[in-house]
Amino acid sequence: MSLIQIHDLTRRYVMGTETVHALRGVSLSIERGEYIAIMGPSGSGKSTLMNLLGCLDSPSSGYYELNGVNVAHMDDNELAEIRNREIGFVFQSFNLLPRSDSLHNVELPLIYAGMPSEERREKAIQTLTHVGLAERMHHKPNELSGGQRQRVAVARALVNNPSIVLADEPTGNLDSRTGEEILGLFETLSRKGNTIIVVTHEEDVAQHARRIIRIRDGLIAADEVNPHPRAAMKFAQEQSALTLNG
Amino acid sequence: MTLLSEFKESVIIAWAALRANKLRAGLTTLGIVIGIVSVTLMGTAITGLNAAFKKSLAGISADTLFIQRFSWMTGETEWRLSRNRREITLQNARDVERLATLAAAVAVESQGNGTVSVGRKQARGVWVEGNDENSLLVRGLSLSSGRWLTESDVQSGRPVCVLGSYLAERFFPYGGAVGSKVKLNDMNLEVIGVMEKQGSFFTGFNLDNQIVLPITRFTRDFSRWPDFTIQVKVRDLSQMEDAKEELRGIMRKLRRVPPDKADDFAINQQDALINFFNAVGGSIAAVGLFISGLSLFVGGIGIMNIMFVSVAERTKEIGIRKAIGAKRRTILVQFLVEAATITLGAGILGLLIAWPLTLVVDKFLAASMPWWLVGVALVVSVLTGVVSGFLPAWRAARMNPVDALRAD
Repeated sequence: MSLIQIHDLTRRYVMGTETVHALRGVSLSIERGEYIAIMGPSGSGKSTLMNLLGCLDSPSSGYYELNGVNVAHMDDNELAEIRNREIGFVFQSFNLLPRSDSLHNVELPLIYAGMPSEERREKAIQTLTHVGLAERMHHKPNELSGGQRQRVAVARALVNNPSIVLADEPTGNLDSRTGEEILGLFETLSRKGNTIIVVTHEEDVAQHARRIIRIRDGLIAADEVNPHPRAAMKFAQEQSALTLNG
Repeated sequence: MTLLSEFKESVIIAWAALRANKLRAGLTTLGIVIGIVSVTLMGTAITGLNAAFKKSLAGISADTLFIQRFSWMTGETEWRLSRNRREITLQNARDVERLATLAAAVAVESQGNGTVSVGRKQARGVWVEGNDENSLLVRGLSLSSGRWLTESDVQSGRPVCVLGSYLAERFFPYGGAVGSKVKLNDMNLEVIGVMEKQGSFFTGFNLDNQIVLPITRFTRDFSRWPDFTIQVKVRDLSQMEDAKEELRGIMRKLRRVPPDKADDFAINQQDALINFFNAVGGSIAAVGLFISGLSLFVGGIGIMNIMFVSVAERTKEIGIRKAIGAKRRTILVQFLVEAATITLGAGILGLLIAWPLTLVVDKFLAASMPWWLVGVALVVSVLTGVVSGFLPAWRAARMNPVDALRAD
């Protein structure tokens, strides 16, 4: 059974007197362990699709089954629970809590999951160590470099063992070298069996995925397997492999 | 997520948020601090007033009825109607003593104002009491030295007196009051006893600034047409109503009041005074607490305002938390705890300010800050936070995560 099954999903926004059709009927299915890029120019509806896939928003019509559960008509609180359990977000602007240190930021999903404090501390330390930030546990976001911040965000996304890691332009605020590092991290995670969906408008970033879905005017324009996924630069791969094993 | 860990997390967040905006939190707190100070002081003053009043009344026993010309609780119309009543006479008192069956003791008293002097020392505005031999028991007094008036003192109108402790200390600071001579206006009196200290009445009236002389002497040399009060100590508290009816019958007969006419006297009792005071004190308290509550209300509006600002500038944070799995309740609790933390802190600060102020007030008016008032003040401050934080917190809780994440 597919991890994600979407059928004829639409999303309309009413802006004043005008109705904007952001998604006009999208159907797709995603298997466990896939590494997917969703591409499209701005205004194409890719952000809307990401919000729906991430259960941040509810569709106007259509069917969405995530991990065997129909989430299309869930209310606010039920969706919050699904997000907490099933989805790890990585945002373009990191979206860490500025006043909390790395450890607390990574612990946050576990707090909301109701995990006892010792267990969640241990888990957060473990995950931060995996992304190579064992030394930066008690640094606040403004004491970290962009790449390090994004690693904290990745750790936060992973700490709950979600079904999907959903990354929205994860390299958008990073220089190309650190961007490669993060993509290398994703590759390693993918190889370990995580399902990763990257939303981007950069062809370079998308080429790392093994499947590329192109959105245009609220519809899927193309959905194809990437025959030759680009490997992250050698050094980045080595580094992330090192940290993930160490 | 369990409520406890949610709460713990909220307290941590609240602290961090407040520390990040110290000045703003401090200024907001000020409104609540002022509110709590004024409410607490008002409460303190009211309880102090109550306590002082009860203490003062404790001297007058609850089992005593007072037969007087006027009721203690007359309205203006009643006052006009009763103005021309005949005086209560000494003879009335003697007859009541003879006829009343439910009375344990009957005393007669009258009062006035005079100047007491010893040599060149003078005390003006002294409370002068004409009493008889039963007054010690009926008025519930006790002596620190000497003796009380005897029956023969009263019958023969001997020039003797008993001093209140204040006067005794004033004129005879080194003791030896008993046996000395004092002058009341132009009258020479021998001191035969000194009363024990009683303290001040709640109005600040000094109960120890009094001089007692035989009622007969009082009417002869001090006040020619005095107004008497017949004080009747009833045998048993449970017989108060019966005793009142009996006395009424006796007085009507003595004063030959026709059956179709109303009483031309009044029978007062402490109960009525307490009820009256409770009614008056209750409305003073209500008005006082309402006015000081207004300042708390204004403080609450300040909290609401600042919480709206706090929610608005942390929209992004709310979005992040929601994306990660915070439910509505979690966000709601977070902001409520933050508001309650501000107001609780303000409440504690307010109490710390109010406490020394209470001690200052105590110099003028018996005031005390009981523990329950501290508890009430803290509960009220937390409630103010929760109530005024609710609307902003609810707005935060209902935010759509997509829109919230998009905020800067």
